[in-house]
Amino acid sequence: MEFREGIPGPAAIGRPFPGSPEPAAGRRDGQPGLGHHAAFAALGETSFANYVAATQPHLLPGRMFDAPRGPEGRPMTPDALGVPHGTTIVALQFSGGVVIAGDRRATAGNVIAQRDIEKIFITDSHSAVGIAGSAGIAIEMIRLYSVELEHYEKIEGVAMSLDGKANRLAGMIRGNLGAALQGFVVVPLFAGYDTEEPDPAKAGRIVTYDPTGGRYDEWLGYHAVGSGSVFAKSSMKKLHRTSADLQTTLRNALEALYDAADDDTATGGPDLVRKIYPVVVSITGPEGAVRRSEEEIAGIVERIVADRAENPGG
Amino acid sequence: MTMPFYSSVDQLLRDRSELARKGISRGRSVVVMTFSGGVLFVAENHSSALNKVSEIYDRIGFAAVGRYNEFEGLRTAGIRLADSRGFSYDRRDVTSRWLANTYAQFIGAAFVEQQKPYEAEICLAEVGETPDGDQLYRITYDGSITDEPQYVVMGGTTEPISTKLKDVYDGGHDLGEALATALEGLQVPGSGPGNGTEARVLGEKALEVAVLDRTRPGRAFRRISGPVLRSLLPAANRGEAAEEPDVRGGDDAPAAGGALPSSN
Repeated sequence: MEFREGIPGPAAIGRPFPGSPEPAAGRRDGQPGLGHHAAFAALGETSFANYVAATQPHLLPGRMFDAPRGPEGRPMTPDALGVPHGTTIVALQFSGGVVIAGDRRATAGNVIAQRDIEKIFITDSHSAVGIAGSAGIAIEMIRLYSVELEHYEKIEGVAMSLDGKANRLAGMIRGNLGAALQGFVVVPLFAGYDTEEPDPAKAGRIVTYDPTGGRYDEWLGYHAVGSGSVFAKSSMKKLHRTSADLQTTLRNALEALYDAADDDTATGGPDLVRKIYPVVVSITGPEGAVRRSEEEIAGIVERIVADRAENPGG
Repeated sequence: MTMPFYSSVDQLLRDRSELARKGISRGRSVVVMTFSGGVLFVAENHSSALNKVSEIYDRIGFAAVGRYNEFEGLRTAGIRLADSRGFSYDRRDVTSRWLANTYAQFIGAAFVEQQKPYEAEICLAEVGETPDGDQLYRITYDGSITDEPQYVVMGGTTEPISTKLKDVYDGGHDLGEALATALEGLQVPGSGPGNGTEARVLGEKALEVAVLDRTRPGRAFRRISGPVLRSLLPAANRGEAAEEPDVRGGDDAPAAGGALPSSN
C-alpha cells in the first residue's frame, strides 16, 4: 500500500484512507517501522470500526468464522460448543425518555451458564444497548460500538446523531452476518434519547434489528428481544402507556421481566436469595443514561413479588 | 555536466528548525498547568470552532500550537492510537508516556525525512489519582520530548509568559486561582502577536479553556465555556476583550508561514 512506503509527514497527511486489510506494522522494505503510520494517514476517517477493520481486522468481533467444526466435519452449533446465550431485554418509552432493562441469566443449552451476567450497556451519555443471543460476540460487539461512539465524539467534537448511532449499530450487526448464519446470532435492542428533539415525550427512541443488520424503529413505545420477549411484550402491551412517568415505567419494565421469567425457562427471575436483580438503565434529557441503583430496583422488585404473592398473574 | 545539488545535513536541519520555529512563534500561546484539582488548559483562541485543546482518552488531554491542519492530523492520530490500544488491551493501558513517545518518534522521523517539518508543537497531559501522578509532556517540531512537572507554555512569544509563571505558579491552586495564574501569564506585556508592550486583557471570547478533572470518573476531560467560564474568570476579564486587528481563528500561522518574511 502507498501509505506504507515511508512515514507520512505533514505533506502526506492528506492521503486517502487505505482500505488495506494488512496490518500497518513495519515497512515494506522490511525495516522495522513505527507501526503507527495508518493512524497518522487516515484523513477524515471518523469511524473507529473502519479504522480497526483496515489496520487490525483480527480484533473485530465475529471475524473468526468459518465456524469451528465437530468430529464429522460439520460446523458446530453454539449449543454443541456450550456458548452462553443471553435472554430477555425490554425497552419502554415514557414521558421523559426511555428505559431499558434486562434479566441477569445466561444459558448454555439447559444449563444456567451465569446467573448474574449484565446485558445492558451504557454506550454513551444518551444511549444504551441491551443484548440477546450469543453473549461472547455480543459483548465484544458492544465494546467496539461504545468506542465507536466515543471516538466519533472526540474527533468531531460533537456527539453522533441518534439516527447515526442506530445506523452504526446496524452496520456492526451486518458485519456479523457470517457468524449469524452459523447460529451465532446477536440481537441487540437499542435505546437512545434524541438530544435534538425538544419534546422529552418524543425524544426517547427504541430501535430493533434483525441478524442481517435490518434496522426497525419501534414507535409503539415498547419492545423486547430474546427468548422471553413474547411474554414480556404481552405484559407491556397491557401495562405500559407512553404517557407514564419514570417510576411507573421502571415498575412496568420489571413487571415485564417478571412475566418473561414466569413463562420462559431461559429468563432469570429476580433472585431474592442472592440479591440479584435486573439491570435497569433510564435515559432522560437532563440526566442522560443512568443505571438505576441496586436499592431502588430491589425496592420495586420486592413490591412486585409481594403483589404477585397475592395474585400470581399480576 | 550538471552538479548535484548539495547542502550539508547540518544546514538542512537548521533550515527546517528555523522554518518550524518561525511558524510556531507566529501563533498565539497555550498554557497547560497542573493544579490541585487536575490539569488546566488555557489557550488564547479567537475561534469557537477550531480547537487547540482536545480530549484524547479517559485521563489524557492534548494541546497544540502552530498550523491547525498539521496539529489536527496529530490530534486525530492520537485519538486513534489511544482508542486502538484501549480496545485491544484495556483502558488502563493507555498512558500519556506511551503516547508521547509515539508522537515523538513520529514527529522526529518526519523532521528528518520529510521535505517540510511539522510547524506544530504539542503538549500531552495526563491527570493522576493524586497531584503527584499528573504528567505533562511537551513534544516539539523535531521530536524532542520533555517532561515538565508544573506547566508548559507553547506557541507565540513564550519567554515573558514562562518568566511570569515562574513567579506566580503554585501547584496548590484551585481552579479559579489556576485560571487567574494562567491568564496573568498569557496577558503579560510582550506575549501577544506583534510583541506589543502593553498588557492585554483576554475576555471569554478570546479563550479556550478545558480541564482534566481529577474527581471525574472515566472521561476526565471537560470544556469550560459560557457562564461557567465567566464565573471563574477574574473580574477584569469578564467584559468584552479589546478588539485586535488581524485575528484569525485556530490557525494563526499562514500556510508555509515560516517561509514568508516575518511581520514582527
